[in-house]
Amino acid sequence: MSETVPVTLNGRAIEANKGELIIAAAERHGVYIPRFCYHERMSSVGMCRMCICEVDTGRGPQLTPTCMVAVAPNMIIDTESEMTKNVQQGVLELLLANHPLDCPVCDKGGECPLQDQAFSHGPGESRYIEEKRHFEKPIAISDIVYLDRERCILCDRCTRFADEVAGDALISFSYRGNETQITTFPDEPFSSYFSGNTVQICPVGALTAKPFRFKARPWDLSQQESTCTTCAVGCRIVVESSRDEVLRYMGVDSEPVNHGWLCDRGRFNFESVNSPDRALQPLVRERDELRGVSWNEALAAAARLINEARASGGAARVAVIGGARGTNEDAYAWSRLGHEVIGTPNVYSQMGDGLPADLLLLERATIDEAANATTIVLLAPDLKEELPVLYLRLREASEKKRSRILEFTPKQTGLTRYAWRSIGYEPGSQVAVVEEALADADIAAQLAKGNVVVVFGRMNLAETITAGVLALNRLLKAVPGSKLLPAFRRGNSLGALQVGMRTGPDGLNIRGVLQAAADGKIDCLVLVGADPLSDFPDTDLARRGLAGARRTIAVDTFLSASTARADVVLPACAFGEKDGTTTNLEGRVSKVVRQVSPAGNTRPDWMIASGLALALGSDLGYADVDEITLDIAINVPGFEEVTAASVAANPDGVVAGVPTAIPPVGLLEGVAPERNSYDLRLVVSRTLYDQAAGTAHSPSLAHLPRGSAVHLHPLDVARVGTRDGVEVKVFNARATVVMPVVADASVLRGTAWMPWNNPGPNVGELIDCFAAVNDVRIENL
Amino acid sequence: MTRLNDANQVLAREIIGRYPKARSATIPLLHVAQQQNGYITQEAIAHIAELVGATSAEVLGTCTFYEMFKMHPVGKYLINICTTMSCALMGAEQLVTHAEQRLGIKAGGTTPDGLFTLERVECQAACTEAPCLQANYRYRYRVNAAQLDQFLDDLAEGQLDAEIPAHGVVARVRQSIPVDRAVSVVAPDDVHEAPVWMPLSGTTA
Repeated sequence: MSETVPVTLNGRAIEANKGELIIAAAERHGVYIPRFCYHERMSSVGMCRMCICEVDTGRGPQLTPTCMVAVAPNMIIDTESEMTKNVQQGVLELLLANHPLDCPVCDKGGECPLQDQAFSHGPGESRYIEEKRHFEKPIAISDIVYLDRERCILCDRCTRFADEVAGDALISFSYRGNETQITTFPDEPFSSYFSGNTVQICPVGALTAKPFRFKARPWDLSQQESTCTTCAVGCRIVVESSRDEVLRYMGVDSEPVNHGWLCDRGRFNFESVNSPDRALQPLVRERDELRGVSWNEALAAAARLINEARASGGAARVAVIGGARGTNEDAYAWSRLGHEVIGTPNVYSQMGDGLPADLLLLERATIDEAANATTIVLLAPDLKEELPVLYLRLREASEKKRSRILEFTPKQTGLTRYAWRSIGYEPGSQVAVVEEALADADIAAQLAKGNVVVVFGRMNLAETITAGVLALNRLLKAVPGSKLLPAFRRGNSLGALQVGMRTGPDGLNIRGVLQAAADGKIDCLVLVGADPLSDFPDTDLARRGLAGARRTIAVDTFLSASTARADVVLPACAFGEKDGTTTNLEGRVSKVVRQVSPAGNTRPDWMIASGLALALGSDLGYADVDEITLDIAINVPGFEEVTAASVAANPDGVVAGVPTAIPPVGLLEGVAPERNSYDLRLVVSRTLYDQAAGTAHSPSLAHLPRGSAVHLHPLDVARVGTRDGVEVKVFNARATVVMPVVADASVLRGTAWMPWNNPGPNVGELIDCFAAVNDVRIENL
Repeated sequence: MTRLNDANQVLAREIIGRYPKARSATIPLLHVAQQQNGYITQEAIAHIAELVGATSAEVLGTCTFYEMFKMHPVGKYLINICTTMSCALMGAEQLVTHAEQRLGIKAGGTTPDGLFTLERVECQAACTEAPCLQANYRYRYRVNAAQLDQFLDDLAEGQLDAEIPAHGVVARVRQSIPVDRAVSVVAPDDVHEAPVWMPLSGTTA
């Protein structure tokens, strides 16, 4: 336990923690000191003066900003004295002097700290009768965030957040005195991936987010705590809705996970839940046209397709892929349906862009352990693009000097700036590069300090996972006791794998399934929230696989390129429309809740699986989702502690254990060949905004992907003989695509980087998923 | 292009080298930019941000805080007439009016030939010498209308070039420390002891 300090708070003796700020100690003991600028996740600045109280340190009562001063022994704090009240009223009168008081038309009205504290601590009347300050209102400081400078009280929360927490100091105070205002640099908007957080922490209505502006009054919102499943970090959120429509997510301050922060993609892609493009009723293909049918008809049709496939050559002619986007319960029900009812071993939840399932057997670090490690080793994709809030946590670890980051990457990432060492490598050379680094005296000494967490993920979609896994093995062997944080991308990848959405004996993974389908060996392909054409790295194989599978059954929220040609479409509930649990990348299981009614005629995935099982003549035996949670706790190793009750009792979630047995996943053999000096080695990775369904169907986000382009080191741009922005021909043995060049110093020489699944030419055409690495050549048109 | 020119970029790197943290050089570099162009351009701000490792928004915030950094073109000579109490009592307003009529511009404006910008300013700390004015921050004390006319004539004719350089020039002699005489800089994070000249508390020097 930390040392305590005896202090007196409003006449009551309390024990504060040593070094604790007065405002925090008071709050912990039930006394709320009003504040605007103070935020417990950011440094104190003492800007707003609202938290001033009378504090006696032995020299008589003095007015003290309680967010700036730590407790000291025998301090006497009085938050209710006449003087304190006087000062609070004075501060509020000053803050309100220039405040427009347009509360009736302000989105913040009803949940506004300024409004609330003006009522609770304000003078009630103003002596200020002069003209208030005027600004143009509101101005867009980014695509999503609007700033009303008249309402702003200059508390420095948004600017501090941008600088301290997000590391994107794109907004700043400008001018001075009465003219002081928040500005961006002209033509350089506040395009941070985390801009939505400033809206949430703004203590007035100065910052508003486009998706919520004028949508609802806060008192009309009903809300429940849930977990964001956009990526595998699993940020805790509150889902808020009005009139059965999801209108907003707010971050919840969860100590082990997200500290209250969310990325903009997670925060605003709720719009897709309300999209008019959702698949709303079951469809069955008849004479090359999808026709709306009843659920019974659709399930019977699906069962018929599965039975036909089984009859034609055994259950292995059916494959079930996907399931990483749903809940644990969805995945478990589908896994039972696939393995037990259909009887196929070809069940797989990862889309060829994930990690081998046997990594789950390794000792897993939590996010907290990673953010408190002495050394964080990154063999991971750009976390800022893929797992943004994990990026915030690790960035903080480096900025607060708790951790040193040792990064191995084929392209500079968002964390490169904060890395102690960032080692670039050409795809295929991971093992050599890691071995060389381990031989370095400095690095060896740093790793020898112990407490090492390795973050491992898919760094490059244009190579097999083999070299990465071998490099990881070298690292783990060289640093005994190090833990692994698997950087899964999709919301419930780890949960789906662990509860059973993985191959049975002799089963095929996604690559095997698509290859078999292309070879005519799969008669019925079931896509559970899977879109191989935009998820699977090798587009050619995905296309051939989808064309080769005789029948396709799609379970999805939207009709995608892959599912548009399905024979049966079973519309699924989206996030916020179903209950269940989800597992994040550290194995933390937390609740997702149903806040609104399912759109149209949609059903949760587990219910679809149950229905399909019944149509196939088996009963999974589930009447509601809690029964599945219980079944998982009973049957899935590692999930023993995860019951509906324990998840409900622990809002931060319950960390599942590692499974006991997963058969080793065979890695593709193959050594990366030497690169021909005319070629560039291909690196493909994700950007936060791409054409994923949740982003593409959210109007506020849909235009944010930057588009397909080939990024080259500026010297390589010169070598190719082209210029930034000019279209070039990119080709290899598989395909030729034409896309613009971007000169980008974060790309290594000799490599070409392309963003995955962005609007424009399809990068996947260039990727052969069986090749150790892929090279491309670039020519002028 | 009004980023820092090549010579000033070399100078900028030298200035940055004097500080343990590059962003400490922001204000000196803004002076360099103002000296180069007579005012601070957006491109220069972006360039300085690159040089000191800050964002353009941060450099803009610093720049706009200070009245003496001009974000718009000003004349070769910036005439600041004090209109605070002492000067006001001694006829500063009449002086401003006279200057406006003489230059044909309102206070705050710049003459079409780009030679003069006229501004009303707050106290310039020369109250005993009221009314006072500054041309590019060089003082003239107890100024009357006739003296102002003469002063503006002299400036226009270039007779005062030796004393009053063009707007933006802080000093014509720039400090330069030879490498062998420079005291190395220690980043704040690397300081673990009190400076040698400061006895630690509890010890005697």
